[in-house]
Amino acid sequence: MVSVAPMRLFRWWLFFLLLLLPLGMLVEGLLTNDLGADPAKYIVKELGFWALCWLWLTLAVTPLRKFFGWRWLMAYRRMFGLYAFFYAVLHLLAFATFLLGWRWDMLMTELTKRPYIVMGSLALLLLLPLAVTSTQKMQRRLGRRWKKLHLLIYPASLLVLFHFVWQIRSDFFQQLIFAILLAILLGYRLYLKRRS
Amino acid sequence: MVKRYKSGGSQPVLPSEITPESVYRDRRRFMQAALSVAALPVVGLPSLTEAAGYDIPADLPRYKGPDWLQPKLAEAGRNAELSTRETLAPYYNVITHNNFYEFGTDKRDPVRNAQEFKTDPWMVEISGEVAKPGNYHLEDILAPHALEDRVYRLRCVEAWSMVIPWLGFPLADLIKRFEPTSKAKYVQFTTLLDKEQMPGQRGFFSTIKWPYVEGLRMDEAMHPLTLMAVGLYGNALPPQNGAPLRLVVPWKYGFKSIKSIVRIHFSETMPATSWNMTAPDEYGFYANVNPEVDHPRWSQATERRLPSSLLTPNIIDTLPFNGYADQVAHLYKGMDLTQWF
Repeated sequence: MVSVAPMRLFRWWLFFLLLLLPLGMLVEGLLTNDLGADPAKYIVKELGFWALCWLWLTLAVTPLRKFFGWRWLMAYRRMFGLYAFFYAVLHLLAFATFLLGWRWDMLMTELTKRPYIVMGSLALLLLLPLAVTSTQKMQRRLGRRWKKLHLLIYPASLLVLFHFVWQIRSDFFQQLIFAILLAILLGYRLYLKRRS
Repeated sequence: MVKRYKSGGSQPVLPSEITPESVYRDRRRFMQAALSVAALPVVGLPSLTEAAGYDIPADLPRYKGPDWLQPKLAEAGRNAELSTRETLAPYYNVITHNNFYEFGTDKRDPVRNAQEFKTDPWMVEISGEVAKPGNYHLEDILAPHALEDRVYRLRCVEAWSMVIPWLGFPLADLIKRFEPTSKAKYVQFTTLLDKEQMPGQRGFFSTIKWPYVEGLRMDEAMHPLTLMAVGLYGNALPPQNGAPLRLVVPWKYGFKSIKSIVRIHFSETMPATSWNMTAPDEYGFYANVNPEVDHPRWSQATERRLPSSLLTPNIIDTLPFNGYADQVAHLYKGMDLTQWF
């Protein structure tokens, strides 16, 4: 244990800081007034984008572990998932604060009139119990049910994809890439299941 | 008459404090301009100092435009009657934040990707149901028209808005010169098609068919508010804002105000328009600003007026016809605007 600790510690900090970097850059941009003419929209979009990336990263852990035999990666899955949740919460808070100014009437309109916002909110709602039960203590306490509960990440990721796709105006390059990635990540699981 | 100029966020500054001294010293130019202002058939008092004294920070680029445009820009006077007195969007916002998909789909793409865009010399084709069709140099198209400085609200279909001081002339004056026939019921405009210069036109993943096209009904095109713009903020149009010639129809969503126009075509039938072809259930031919008719994916009842501060977003109610209902609502009398959105 002692001998592997430095490597582990190094990796842990590496991932911790790497996933924090986009937020750091946003804060830096905010402080130096370098987020463009509409910083509100920019912050909301960036936070959403990175929440999406970290969620996909979380989903990539199992396939990467099995395909490349990277067993060590497993130790960081919780961190990735919590980062996805963290960015998603910030994304929602930024949306409600910077774009809506917490106007409840508008919040209601957005929730009923913008289908992609319904999708996004639902996804966050599904991720909430996963974040809450992410501790080892909860994992032990829930036992087999923990795994079942955490299957919620699959419908959540689909909702997130819809949330993203539904905002296409004209160019769909990014959405296509993330759809393909998700198809691979989920398809790989189906493939494994069918094989066993 | 020197008036204080409001600019978003910053404190009011006297125009004389921020305009380069040379402009004020240039007495000859001032006299010329003053004379031309006196000759303009404009009600109200177009204030030259007001038009010249725009608050443009020294570290931001000014767009001069071709030499032949200089006297026209210098002689432009404010059309106070058709201008809103609302606070202007800062120059920075106007030149760095807009949609011009030919240069990328992000709001910051146009300013990044359009700086090398060649806008002079520029040809415009006039075609269709007109007595004088042909290919014209932009210089010749502009020759007889005096420029006016007009401050309009611009409401994007994405529910943000800005107040922008344009330099241009009424489209109606241009149309009359080319003598449309009695069959001319609509005008269609086309943006330049140039994959070399416009990276957005090279993408595989765009659902817009290039070139971008837009259109107006003849009475909309002839309306005195409808502007052909060649400048903004007292200078030539920046390439990212649709240089060298763009349309500005202030009571319609921004996408109607087509940029970098190379063709003006008169027809008897309603022309195709780009966003309508891309998503007909979301974008109509008319695209009049209407808080009552939502975009299928979002509400149009309010808008975020830029600049918008982070903690207190500048959310305002969207007005029918973007606040120009008194002037234009009669054009759509008897039409069901939920059907003709």
